[in-house]
Amino acid sequence: MAFRTPLAKARGLGSAKAGFHHWWLQRVTAVALIPLTVWFGFGIAVLPGAGYSDVVAWIGAPLNTVLLISLIIATCYHAALGLQVVVEDYVHTEWVKIATIMAMNLFFILISLAALYATLRIALVG
Amino acid sequence: MATSNRPLSPHLQVYRLPLTGVISICHRMTGVILAVGVVFFVGLLSAVASGPDSFAPIQAFLDSLFGRVVLFLWSYTLFFHLCHGIRHLLWDTGHGFDKETMDKLALLELVASVGITLLVWSSRWIFGG
Repeated sequence: MAFRTPLAKARGLGSAKAGFHHWWLQRVTAVALIPLTVWFGFGIAVLPGAGYSDVVAWIGAPLNTVLLISLIIATCYHAALGLQVVVEDYVHTEWVKIATIMAMNLFFILISLAALYATLRIALVG
Repeated sequence: MATSNRPLSPHLQVYRLPLTGVISICHRMTGVILAVGVVFFVGLLSAVASGPDSFAPIQAFLDSLFGRVVLFLWSYTLFFHLCHGIRHLLWDTGHGFDKETMDKLALLELVASVGITLLVWSSRWIFGG
């Protein structure tokens, strides 16, 4: 016996079937970030006391450049997905929730592009 | 208002959360703190790309005692989030939910996160720099 009326279907509410994709990408980026985070930890530990040329040389080393780009993409994706869940849990006014999530996603796209451009510029131009 | 003897769900003000519950809340808080750190790190990259003059104030901040303490604490939040994140991946496989395992893993991830933080920062003296 079906207890659900067809009303939800008529309104177009209910699952949009995109939840699993969000959940899965949160996990995929998390797995990618395990080794990247440990590598990055060793990188930032030498930041205090490092001179400008040290930092440029470190970012410009080919392996570091590639890992840094991977880190930026995985981190920004992971952060945007994670913060979306936080907003969904605490913001209950529908338009504020949608506007906040959209603004956050656009912001993370913007800063990931800025980080990628900066990294490549340091690596290629010096 | 009518009273009943029906069981109540845990009331957060009077209910002492198990260690995993506290860690779970900290996982979310550290996630937000780390996201703020990402913005700072992108600022650092952009400053380096712009040249030594733009990098100078950030360098001065990182060299200062306050900057070092902030960076150290931020790195701890990173490794805490990493360790609890790995437990989430374990949970996703359907394992590690019984009470004894929960408490053991909670302690393990606290010890591991402190351990990785100290290891990373001691690498300054091990590898030089």
